[in-house]
Amino acid sequence: MADLLDLTVAEAAARIAAGEVSAAEYGAAWRDAAAADELNAYLWRADGGPAAGDWTAAGESAPAGEGEETPYGSNPPAPADSGPLAGVPIAVKDIFTTEGVPTTAGSKILAGYRPPYTATAVRKLTAAGARVLGKTNMDEFAMGSSNENSAYGPVRNPWDPGRVPGGSSGGSAAVVAGGLAPAALGTDTGGSIRQPASLCGIVGLKPTYGAISRFGMIAFASSLDQCGPLTRDVTDAALLLGVMEGKDPRDSTAVGLDGAVELPTREDLSGLRFGVPKEIGEAALDPGVRAVFEATIARIEELGGEVAEVALPHAEHGISAYYVIAPAEASSNLARYDGVRYGRRVAGDEDLVTMYEETRAQGFGAEVKRRIMLGTYALSSGYYDAYYGQAQKVRTRIAGDFDAAFAAVDFVVTPTSPSVAFGLGEKTADPLAMYLNDFFTVPMSLAGIPAISIPAGLAAPEGAGDGAAGLPVGFQIAAPAFGEQKLLEAAHALEGALGFAALAGDSAPWKGGSRA
Amino acid sequence: MPELEAVVGLEIHVQLSTRTKMFCGCALSFGDEPNVHTCPICLAHPGVLPVPNEEAIAYALKIGLALDCEIAPRSIFHRKNYFYPDNPKAYQISQYDIPICGAGKLGDIRITRAHLEEDAAKTIHAGSSGRIHGSTASLVDFNRGGTPLVEIVTEPDLRGAAEAAEWARLLRETVRQLGVSDVNMEEGSLRVDANVSVRPAGSAELGVKTELKNMNSFRFLQRGIEAELERQRGIVEAGGKVEQETLHFDPTSGELTSLRSKEEAHDYRYFPEPDLVAIIPTEAMIAAARASLPELPAARQARYEGEGLDEAQARLLAADPGQAEYFDAVLAALPAAAAATGGDGAIVEPRAVANWVTGDLTAALRAAEKEEDYAAPTVPAAPMAELIALAQAKTISHGSGRKVLAILVAEGGEPTAIVEREGLAQMGGDDGELAAIVAAAIAADPAAAEQIRAGNGKAIGAIVGAVMRETKGRADGGEVNRLIREQLGP
Amino acid sequence: MIDREQVLHVAKLARLRLDEAEVETMAGELSGILEHVDRISDLDLEGVEPTSHVVQLENVFRADVPWRSLPREVALASAPEPFEGAFRVPSPQAPVD
Ligand SMILES: [Mg+2]
Ligand SMILES: [Zn+2]
Repeated sequence: MADLLDLTVAEAAARIAAGEVSAAEYGAAWRDAAAADELNAYLWRADGGPAAGDWTAAGESAPAGEGEETPYGSNPPAPADSGPLAGVPIAVKDIFTTEGVPTTAGSKILAGYRPPYTATAVRKLTAAGARVLGKTNMDEFAMGSSNENSAYGPVRNPWDPGRVPGGSSGGSAAVVAGGLAPAALGTDTGGSIRQPASLCGIVGLKPTYGAISRFGMIAFASSLDQCGPLTRDVTDAALLLGVMEGKDPRDSTAVGLDGAVELPTREDLSGLRFGVPKEIGEAALDPGVRAVFEATIARIEELGGEVAEVALPHAEHGISAYYVIAPAEASSNLARYDGVRYGRRVAGDEDLVTMYEETRAQGFGAEVKRRIMLGTYALSSGYYDAYYGQAQKVRTRIAGDFDAAFAAVDFVVTPTSPSVAFGLGEKTADPLAMYLNDFFTVPMSLAGIPAISIPAGLAAPEGAGDGAAGLPVGFQIAAPAFGEQKLLEAAHALEGALGFAALAGDSAPWKGGSRA
Repeated sequence: MPELEAVVGLEIHVQLSTRTKMFCGCALSFGDEPNVHTCPICLAHPGVLPVPNEEAIAYALKIGLALDCEIAPRSIFHRKNYFYPDNPKAYQISQYDIPICGAGKLGDIRITRAHLEEDAAKTIHAGSSGRIHGSTASLVDFNRGGTPLVEIVTEPDLRGAAEAAEWARLLRETVRQLGVSDVNMEEGSLRVDANVSVRPAGSAELGVKTELKNMNSFRFLQRGIEAELERQRGIVEAGGKVEQETLHFDPTSGELTSLRSKEEAHDYRYFPEPDLVAIIPTEAMIAAARASLPELPAARQARYEGEGLDEAQARLLAADPGQAEYFDAVLAALPAAAAATGGDGAIVEPRAVANWVTGDLTAALRAAEKEEDYAAPTVPAAPMAELIALAQAKTISHGSGRKVLAILVAEGGEPTAIVEREGLAQMGGDDGELAAIVAAAIAADPAAAEQIRAGNGKAIGAIVGAVMRETKGRADGGEVNRLIREQLGP
Repeated sequence: MIDREQVLHVAKLARLRLDEAEVETMAGELSGILEHVDRISDLDLEGVEPTSHVVQLENVFRADVPWRSLPREVALASAPEPFEGAFRVPSPQAPVD
């Protein structure tokens, strides 16, 4: 069976389409794998059986004509038997609404909530023939970089169960790295796809803001949130992006990508210019991570790529701007969890204000409360200009830095995360230290540009003795807005040259590992 | 102590009569079963996003143009954050520093702004007197939640309760004629709040204002403002200070009660709505809105007064666009009708036409218990003009005219033909017929004749009456008087 | 840098009840974060346009065409306290405009 599970999504879809592999057999194999989850990576799993994934058929199918259209476009059609993803099970971060299926966003306040509609991105996957394999664990409302903020317990890193998988899409990264799903959906607000992909040794793509509809993606920070794939390789990321991107009548800010996404084929980097921010010199960075980064730069040159230094003078203020803008928007986005229309209610027999305060006090976890407080403060009268207004100007400056850089180079490259996977509980005591994990990923989010993290090598955690097992290190490549195709081509060429899977060899969790 | 002048400004919420809500496709409704027009979006489920209703934007532009507002070249939505059960997202999508419509004017009252926002849901306070305090639980119905609203804010230019109510009526009529709202105060599709303060007459600065809410009719609006002005004058004259607060007007008791909330003052934490993009009205959007504007009451009334109608008559007509257009049509048809009936086409008296249309015709329709629809008038403009022309040329008396009108209302037809058939043509004095009837009447009532000779003018009425009976009203009253005096003359 | 009183005021605005311990830790943690964040207040960004949005879009509207709303039982399905076809909530202490 293992050989079936070793197929990438693109390979599996091709074989199923060619009739060489049975969709039922393939789906069953993955449901068994998912059932063996020991990482606390899944919060819900499709029950299996021949109708696996057919929960999506719940409700009426797409009606036509005035007064017939439903708020959610058409309900998710029963998975198509044809289509680019026919028969492929995919894990979905629990932040996406799935009609009739528990959706919690990792929060107690949504315990038992079953949405009346399905997210556009998920509908596009099922319409392309995919099945939802399960809903993955995550930091509560996507607030976190370690997955330790889930109300349903932390997710463990498949490379080392004593370490975090990163976050907030930790469950999605863990199921792909751990061989519990062939691919997964995640969301990225300040690094929540790229950082866990980096810590788990897989590919994570954050598309341009607006490339994929946000409808049905539970909001954390509306002006930053973007959905994207976590996959084994760059080709699968391109495949899923191509299925999910596009305009959506339910999302005023969704623009889609101009033109279809081609599966990348490029093997070299000749003629492409890569910019290395000179600020990385002083940046706090684990030596092992720095070594892998420098080795990867050397690889780029071997592949014919041109490497130049660029300046992102305002990037260092990215974290500050981000930790004003994101909490501010979150404080408003999370105000709807008030115990009135759905979700948990506490103290319903008291007066209204007490009900609100108790419901939210007991429904939200510490990090969510912290950010709601931070954001409410930043927006409150007298502080708006100093915090929110100023942060938005920094955002303008950071976008300007990238514009200037992209005038000289095709891509900007950085390490994805300053460190490899850290130990559970290692950073929970110091919120700020935790926030700094996003140092390299936040600027791209603020600028709304696409960025991908690919596994570039292994490094022993800082301070670990010699011979300590290596942990994955991610390499981030960012491109101008809507430059996804070019970005994927470059990432594909570099991925091929780095040969991470081979390099990881048997230490890679998807080789037997959690699947044994 | 100088006398205190009233300073009043209004905030009007207008529910737009689009087919669907502001940010989702749920149908608008009134009086339906609770919660039958909701969806994940207007229930603020996790993950939903708003998409603005194109028609609501068009309606807002119409209102803006009708109020002479500057249309913002670029406007955006903001989030107004506060917790309340009728506010499902815990923020209302509204507009803040860049409303779609800026400064404008209606009559001589300045408009500060007009902006788009979404309405709140309905909260029924179980077992309460419609008021909130003391009720144990509330029920929320989201049918109304998300209805498009335009909020219109005036400058504090109104100088009294009556003026405020009068202006509010003009605003309602204007919005009604735009066809963008039902403007029904009882049903809440038009909601007027008043900001009231007093200051020494002639003083430039503003006093502390209070906000009056829930005045769901123009009468209550006026009474509420009157009551509040009186209260404030009392306080100030007693050397006290008016406190800034929100007051709730109870129509039944006519009482004003403070709604000062127990919690600290609100801090709405406005910030730009990240889920929506900017509205940049295009030439086409503005042109379309402008093209759809009817002639509005203020302009129409001015035009009629210019044509010689008195102020009351002009306002009456301007307030009823259907009747006004009918009036315009009759007026336009008059010259031709006059020429055709041998009258002088040059003589057109709008005031007389207005009397026929708003007076005699309305009366005739009422008598026939007809619910008039001026789009398809019972008496089309052409025969109406013909009738007026006949009366104008004195071919028939005014009284006969009313008879013809009754027939036109009952069975239609051509006035000239009806006059023929009914023999209603007015009797001139030239042929001897009328003189003979007068002589007979005098002979029949010697007593009256005696008194007239004795100089008792009143007595003439009896004889005139007899002549009118005999002629079935076809005789011209003036002519009959002249003949009687002539025949009894010294 | 952010004291107890401010924490309580903000918690009130956010409708979050914080217990004594939380108020203390919150004051400390928020101060720490704000200290870091405050570095941007030193930047001279006079006249810089704030970015509230990265998408260059305008006039995205929806046609005024009704769609099929949720069946009421679905709308109320996840309500903590459905009552006679409506959402039941405790009595408000004070109205809000
Ligand atoms: Mg308002
Ligand atoms: Zn709706």
